[in-house]
Parts: sequence; structure tokens; C-alpha cells
Amino acid sequence: MATIVGAATALSASKSFDSGKLHLPSRRSLSISERKGSFLVVRSDGSVVHKAHRAQKLIANAVATKADSSAASTASKPGHELLLFEALREGLEEEMDRDPTVCVMGEDVGHYGGSYKVTKGLATKYGDLRVLDTPIAENSFTGMGIGAAMTGLRPIVEGMNMGFLLLAFNQISNNCGMLHYTSGGQFKIPIVIRGPGGVGRQLGAEHSQRLESYFQSIPGIQMVACSTPYNAKGLMKAAIRSENPVILFEHVLLYNLKERIPDEEYVCSLEEAEMVRPGEHVTILTYSRMRYHVMQAAKTLVNKGYDPEVIDIRSLKPFDLHTIGNSVKKTHRVLIVEECMRTGGIGASLTAAITENFNDYLDAPIICLSSQDVPTPYAGTLEEWTVVQPAQIVTAVEQLCQ
Amino acid sequence: MALAHVASSTSRSNLLRPISAFVSPNLRRQLSTDDTRTLTIETSVPFTSHKCESPSRSVDTTPSELLSFFRDMATMRRMEIAADSLYKAKLIRGFCHLYDGQEAVAVGMESAITKKDSIITAYRDHCTFLGRGGTLLEVFSELMGRIHGCSKGKGGSMHFYKKDSGFYGGHGIVGAQIPLGCGLAFAQKYKKDGTVTFALYGDGAANQGQLFEALNISALWDLPAILVCENNHYGMGTAEWRAAKSPSYYKRGDYVPGLKVDGMDALAVKQACKFAKEHALKNGPIILEMDTYRYHGHSMSDPGSTYRTRDEISGVRQERDPIERIRKLILSHDLATEKELKDTEKEVRKLVDDAIAQAKESPMPEPHELFTNVYAKGYGVEAFGADRKEVRAVLP
Repeated sequence: MATIVGAATALSASKSFDSGKLHLPSRRSLSISERKGSFLVVRSDGSVVHKAHRAQKLIANAVATKADSSAASTASKPGHELLLFEALREGLEEEMDRDPTVCVMGEDVGHYGGSYKVTKGLATKYGDLRVLDTPIAENSFTGMGIGAAMTGLRPIVEGMNMGFLLLAFNQISNNCGMLHYTSGGQFKIPIVIRGPGGVGRQLGAEHSQRLESYFQSIPGIQMVACSTPYNAKGLMKAAIRSENPVILFEHVLLYNLKERIPDEEYVCSLEEAEMVRPGEHVTILTYSRMRYHVMQAAKTLVNKGYDPEVIDIRSLKPFDLHTIGNSVKKTHRVLIVEECMRTGGIGASLTAAITENFNDYLDAPIICLSSQDVPTPYAGTLEEWTVVQPAQIVTAVEQLCQ
Repeated sequence: MALAHVASSTSRSNLLRPISAFVSPNLRRQLSTDDTRTLTIETSVPFTSHKCESPSRSVDTTPSELLSFFRDMATMRRMEIAADSLYKAKLIRGFCHLYDGQEAVAVGMESAITKKDSIITAYRDHCTFLGRGGTLLEVFSELMGRIHGCSKGKGGSMHFYKKDSGFYGGHGIVGAQIPLGCGLAFAQKYKKDGTVTFALYGDGAANQGQLFEALNISALWDLPAILVCENNHYGMGTAEWRAAKSPSYYKRGDYVPGLKVDGMDALAVKQACKFAKEHALKNGPIILEMDTYRYHGHSMSDPGSTYRTRDEISGVRQERDPIERIRKLILSHDLATEKELKDTEKEVRKLVDDAIAQAKESPMPEPHELFTNVYAKGYGVEAFGADRKEVRAVLP
């Protein structure tokens, strides 16, 4: 399996890889920085293929004036480089500095530093009352977070693995999602529930769950999925500042992504999708880890002459039908690539939403590639076959564009 | 005189302990409703405690407090009975869980705390809401689903809330309010308020795992949480000895101290809550078990007589009724005459009837209210959904 490594970093072990990619700043985005990069493709046998000359250098438009001026004053590359979990921690720390009512609770977030190091160092900095180690009792500490949020605190509840939050489903569904409504607007629940989910490296069935499909029907909550250090930090900050309960889905395999993010403060919009690669032929909607599979497939597709438009939907509830709709109106073909299960997953809802709203603009039926409806097996080869691989994405696009 | 915990039918006879004689100061004064002299009254049953000392049996109170107890409890009793008739007239639908018989717990607790302290309870919340300062109009409007209800008609019987006076509901799922209550206590500790949270639950909810989880965390973090078990001896249709191996709910906190209180005696409840508040602010969580009783069934669809005898219900009503107890106290201390109390009851009845009439006039919510308050409008952009054609706001 090939992985993408940025040109700036040296070849390292397969664990950390640069998510340097082309990013056209959306005119609605709050971020004002621009990034350019070229690609190296590293095959799993270690050989390197230069594809830099094939990478497209899109020049950012004049919107990014502020970055130009700040870039001129700093070193040649603005911003600082960090890994995704560090970006999450930076966002968390900035918000905790800014607002004294923000607190974190979860298992091993305090003295241990977080099982994925997202909260490392925060307990020594903010003390035990703001970074709380809880016993292993998800139902009740999620309930306690919600109770604290009812009074105006802004807790962040960390599930060590998203799958453990199934134990707190009652609290999330009934109390977190519905309290604002059933109290007639009296109580706001500004809680953030976050944690890593998704299929990892042979973690077994119970630790590879994708809960976004289970939570998506709960009225009153917002769900977002981060995929790069840039949007991880932005979404974390936006989620903390939001007055609604937000569930932030991270992915176990994406924690070591490295990227350069701006020094200045920025927040992403919770309801907005991200245009990863504009194109003309087909719209590929994806989120979280599948974004990288899609971008890999995009390379192959570009070689074959297709021009896919890749959108990272980011906001899983509510869907950003504005961006998606504009894209569908342009390309008339939709492919959804997700890691959720086939039955009742995010892709299924998205297919329904697009068909309801944009049926007239579609030239072909929507193809939705999702994981198999099986518990994730332990064996490496079987696990690979449960999730969508780039080859399947290429085949699907070819099928769509016939 | 502690309740025996025997897993047999004789346990039901323990509910019929009569009001025993009490000590009263030998003063005979004329009626004076705003008299603030102190009366010391002894509770009929001593407190039983677990890992803490019991508070004293002698409760200080004033004539005006006793009269307000009477008035408040009469209002609550009248309200619940009126709700019963409204339900049978199909003006209230769905679930309606009535609190009559248990009024002493709500009223006694209120007298021991301030509106800055928080109360959270389960679905049997009409009277607790009233105690926290809710009005009869809000109660009946909400029960009938009108916009003047406390939750704008969108909550219903089980979802009464009053944020400005610290009443956090009103929850339908059994036991789910206990972690919420401990979260409220956590926020109080975080903000260093000096206030406490009373998280009420029933004997049925006492077997929920999340109670013990939340209790563990509260004890670990020293939260000012007071867990109050309103033990009316029946979890819907299941008697407590059939549901709990150990029905001494005040002891089940193990490392957390507990106190068992006669929940039909408003003064005992007041004393216990005062004691618990002081304890919680210094030493962390404490469990109070209120030994109380409900006359109605679990809800309006439950006649309440299939799992207990009518004799038992009428026996408790004769021997331990909370309003009768206060009435006897008032009469024996000459704080009011029989006629004045009857007049109060008539007045209360009229107030309730007026509120019902007013609530019936109140309109049903508009259709657009279906979509309001799903999300709190917050950070800039409006949500854009497939089923709503709202225009997106411009990002800042």
C-alpha cells in the first residue's frame, strides 16, 4: 500500500506522514493561509517515485493578502509544523486559556497525559479541577459533563475510544441532545464530546467502531469529523466555543499526521465542508481517514485523465448541502467514500439527502463506497478488505464516468 | 424504631406507624400568621444514620413557617388531584406521575435551602417544580401542552425546568438524572459557590449502576452532592423488597454517609436537609432516604391497587398523611383555627381552578415552534439542513 509523504520531510518510518496537499482557501473559510506542496509517493517496499512534476500548482487568489504580509515578515515558511494530536492540544490549550469555564474530563487525561497525548501537560498547567481524571464510568461522567454544562461550564468529555461512548448513549441522546428542546430553550448544553474512532491497525472489532452512524439521528447535537491538523485545531476551537453539544470524531490512525499550521489564531466553521481539490468530472465526498485514500486514488485518476472534485464534508450533522450542492450542480456525478458501515451509515443519509435535493442535477445514480457490514476482524488482510481501498475508488469513478 | 427490613408482607405494616405524641411549649396565643417566635417540635421518628451522626430530633420552626407548609402542601395536593381529573378528561395525555402523599419532601427540602442550591429530580416533578417557585399556570399549561407552560409545551409532564431558581428538571429515564445532579454539584464546586445540589431519585432508581458510578466520582472529588432517595416503597408495580436485596437505601452508599428520614414529616425533612447541606459542603456527598408514600399509582395508567391493598393506602392516609400532621400541629399550638385552615384550603382550591381555567385559554404552540430550540444559536452560521430551506448567514 503506497503512502504519501511530503516533499519537505525526510523519508521516515511509515507511522508519520505529511499531509501536505494543495489547499485552495475557500472564500467562506476563516483561515487565511495558503499552502502549496508537491508530492512524493513512497511505495511500501521503500522505493520513491517523484510525481512532483505532475502535481498541480494552483495559485491562491488575492483573498490571502494578510498571509502574504505576515509571510514576508517571517521566515520563508509561515506557521509552525506539528502533528495532529499536538494541534488538538494547542486548540484545547488556547481555549482553556481564553475561557476559565472550559474543563476536560476523561479517563487518563490528567496525570497520564491522555492515551493519545492530546491532553499532555495540561493537568500540570491547569490543575486537577480543570483536567479531571475520571474512573472508568462513561455513563456517569458523560452525565456529569452534561449536568455541569447545564449550569454554564464548558466541559470536554474525552472517550478513550469512541466505542466506549456507547455506554453513555442514553446520556448523549436524551440529556445532551434533547435538553435544550424539552426545557423550552432554558438550558444550553455547550459540551464537546470527542474521541478517536475508526478502524485502526488490527485493534479488533470492539475497538474499531464508527459511531457516527449511531449518533447521527439524535436531534440537537452537531457532529464533526477532523482529518488534518489544520482542521483538527480549528474544529476543536469551534466546538468548544459553540453553544450546542458537539461530537468531534477523530481517527486513531490520523494522530501522527504532520502539517504546517498558521501561528495566528483561527477557527473553522462547524457546519462547513472543505474543498480539498476542485475538479470538473465527478464529486467525491469523504471525511476523516478516507480523505487520504481518496487523494491517493485521485492521483491515479488524474493520470488516467479524470478530474475529480474532492470535498471533505467535515460536518456530519448537519451536512453542508450548500457546498455539496454547488459541486453536484457542476459535475453531475457523485461518489461517496466513507468508513462507516453500509447500513445506516453517514453515506446512506448523505445519499438520501442529495437525492432529495439535487435529483435533477444527477446524471448517474450516486455510488456510495463504505465499509462492509461486518465486525472488523483482527487479521490484517481481512481488515484491509473491510474498508474502502484506493483501487476500489478508482474503479467506482471509472464506472460513474462512463 | 427504625424500619425493619424484612422481605415479607409484614413490612407493609411498618408504613402505618402512628404519629406519636410530641413535646410542645405550653403557650397559648391568639392567631398571628406573621409571628416569628420559635417553636421547637420533636419529630415523631428519630433519624437513623449510617457512618455519620444523626441530627437532633428537635426542630426549630416558626408559626408562619408551619402555616406556609400547610398552604404549600394543600396547594400541591389540590394540584395533583386536579391533574388527575384533567387526565381523565383527556386534557393531559401521555404520562402523568402524581406526587400526592409525598408533598412533605418537597416542602421540607425547600425550607432548608435557598434558590441558589440546585434540585434535580425524575419524572414525578410537578410539586418539586412548584416548590421551587413555579406557578400553577405554568404547571397546568405545560401539562396540557400550551405555550405558557414552563417548557413552552414542548416538554410535558416529565420535563419541567426552572433555570432561574435552580430547578434542573424533570427527567424521564430512570436514574439518568443522578449523574446530571453530580455534574451540577461539580459545577458548584468549580465555581466555588458554596451551594449544594439535591439529586432526587426513587427506590426503583436506587438499583441503577449509574447511581453508584456517580456516587463514586462524587466521593472521590468531594462534590457537594446530596442524593435523596424518595422511597415510596414501590418501583412502579414492584415492591422494594422484591427489587433490592438490601432495601436500606441510606446504607447502600457504603463509604458515603447516609441518613434515614421520615419523609411524611415536613419538619424532619427540613432538619435532615439542613444537616445534609452542612455536611455536603464540608465532607462531600451524603445520601438521604426519605421514607414516604404515594397515594396514586405509579402514573395515571396504573390503578395502584394491584400490588398493594386499599387498606394499606387508606391506613397510611389516616395515620401518616403529611398535611394532617401539620394541621394537627397548627391546631394544637393554636396558630390558626379549624375554620381558617378550611378557608385556606378553599382558597387554594379556587386558585387551582382559576389556574386551570387560565391554562385552558392558553394557545397551543404554533407549527414553527417545532423547529425552534433544537440548537442554541451560537457561533455565526445557521445550520443548513436538507429539510429546512433556511438561507445561510454570512460567516464573520
